Amino acid sequence: MSDLNKLGLAEARDALRKGDVTSVELTESCLKAIDDADALNAFVHKTPEIALERAKAADERIKGGDAPSMCGLPIGIKDLFCTKGVPSQAASKILEGFKPEYESTVSQQLADAGAVMLGKLNMDEFAMGSSNETSVYGNAVSPWRRGNDDAQLTPGGSSGGSASAVAADLCLAATGTDTGGSIRQPAAFVGITGIKPTYGRCSRWGIVAFASSLDQAGPMTKNVRDAAIMLETMCGHDAKDSTSAELAVPNFEAMLTGDIKGKKIGIPKEYRMDGMPAEIEKLWSEGAEMLKAAGAEIVDISLPHTKYALPAYYVIAPAEASSNLARYDGVRYGRRAQLAQGDGITEMYEKTRAEGFGHEVQRRVMVGTYVLSAGFYDAYYNRARRVRTLIKKDFEDVFAAGVDAILTPATPSAAFGLGEMTEADPVQMYLNDVFTVTVNLAGLPGVAVPAGLDKQGLPLGLQLIGRPWDEGDLLNTAYALENAAGFVAKPGKWW
Amino acid sequence: MSIDQSTAAKVAKLARIKVEDDALPALASEFNTILGFIEQLNEVDVEGVEPMVSVEPMRLKRREDVVTDGNQQAKVLANAPDAREGFFAVPKVVE
Repeated sequence: MSDLNKLGLAEARDALRKGDVTSVELTESCLKAIDDADALNAFVHKTPEIALERAKAADERIKGGDAPSMCGLPIGIKDLFCTKGVPSQAASKILEGFKPEYESTVSQQLADAGAVMLGKLNMDEFAMGSSNETSVYGNAVSPWRRGNDDAQLTPGGSSGGSASAVAADLCLAATGTDTGGSIRQPAAFVGITGIKPTYGRCSRWGIVAFASSLDQAGPMTKNVRDAAIMLETMCGHDAKDSTSAELAVPNFEAMLTGDIKGKKIGIPKEYRMDGMPAEIEKLWSEGAEMLKAAGAEIVDISLPHTKYALPAYYVIAPAEASSNLARYDGVRYGRRAQLAQGDGITEMYEKTRAEGFGHEVQRRVMVGTYVLSAGFYDAYYNRARRVRTLIKKDFEDVFAAGVDAILTPATPSAAFGLGEMTEADPVQMYLNDVFTVTVNLAGLPGVAVPAGLDKQGLPLGLQLIGRPWDEGDLLNTAYALENAAGFVAKPGKWW
Repeated sequence: MSIDQSTAAKVAKLARIKVEDDALPALASEFNTILGFIEQLNEVDVEGVEPMVSVEPMRLKRREDVVTDGNQQAKVLANAPDAREGFFAVPKVVE
């Protein structure tokens, strides 16, 4: 077999089990693709020795007949996950040189299942961004281009390196994390599948925290079946995360029947925004038609507080970030600033954090500090938390009325060019998350599925939102949508 | 609500991030853009609505207050920018 790096997880798993390929062959194919793709700046710490060692072990395991689904499959890990002995920097200068003494629960579960780590993937600094332009490693670049235009495009963010690597076939799949859309927006921008599970499904232990009440890990894969396979391995109760749910993890793959007859799919009118590009509008209604043709019932629904999701998010997320990022003080790990004669501990904190945090991270930490400060806590933070209650109730009401899933666009546009948003004010960039952020605030599962190309030849995605803990049913609806949309486009190799 | 330079400086101080004086006007202006966006929340009637504590209605789990790991001094200090004699080292705190 050639081009083994182009396989998906399910295909590669089946080939491994049949003995048609070995994990070492798969891994070597990916490592070569990675070395050829430095122009994408997706892998920022390569771990070929670890990869080959794990691949050999996986091949032994497969020979012995003990092979979980992920066994022997080469994947990339977002830099936000702590990986033992391997740099884990959250794409920040302040964590320069940090090599954790421990492994995150999610990456440990993947390793225990036999998955092969190829290296660490680029991202926005501390997962704060929608374009992968805030990374200390420099921009990750999308493998996609607008026709023959050689302008570099964003792979989205914050899981931009994961998106770029999966779309360019540098790995079979990758981990991502999603606080306001950081799995789903990049997945949509590069034409791959990405699911954020219900809050509490995946342990957050060992994942560098951004906004703890919103953060969830999830898989970014080449198709829905692969997402089901990888999600199952990533999920599960973990005593080390006090918000981790004590629920059994179903066999998500077994739930992919493609049969959605009688399912009720809601179309929320508040997501039809002013100035929405006609192509997005068209894709959305085509998606609804496809689900209808597959036997689902399409119903108009209302989620009245949608408009307030982004402003609530930009209070809650920075507030939690300002608290979480207080730990970067130049004392216990990471990088400490060079101090001047006579500098005390306060100067050490202030200089370390000024040098170590990039602009966007500093801005969010300070906004968070402000909204939590004496006199403003009620007006901003508590008000935002009340609005969050209302946003969640919007969804609860809709699900109580019998809706099984909600269909929306994944992003308000196709991928934009790197640097094109530099002059925009921060709020313009935040609008990228307008369709995804509600899902984090309500703790729901959401999946982005590639559904078409725009007139410039760039991927566009649709989002399905499901009931809490019902990822299996959600993935099955996504599977039906994927089958109907028949998205097969791949970027032409220029790198 | 508008943030002036002295408020911006105060916030930077609270966040322990050094901001040079000449960067304060731009910072204050960015804060105002973001806070202007957040002001929309004032349109929402939140009377009688509880602030969300946990997105899933579950009680945080507790465990016995006992040592579950420990004796890992070398690992704890392994990533410190300055560790000496088994401690994190910092600039002088007390005069």
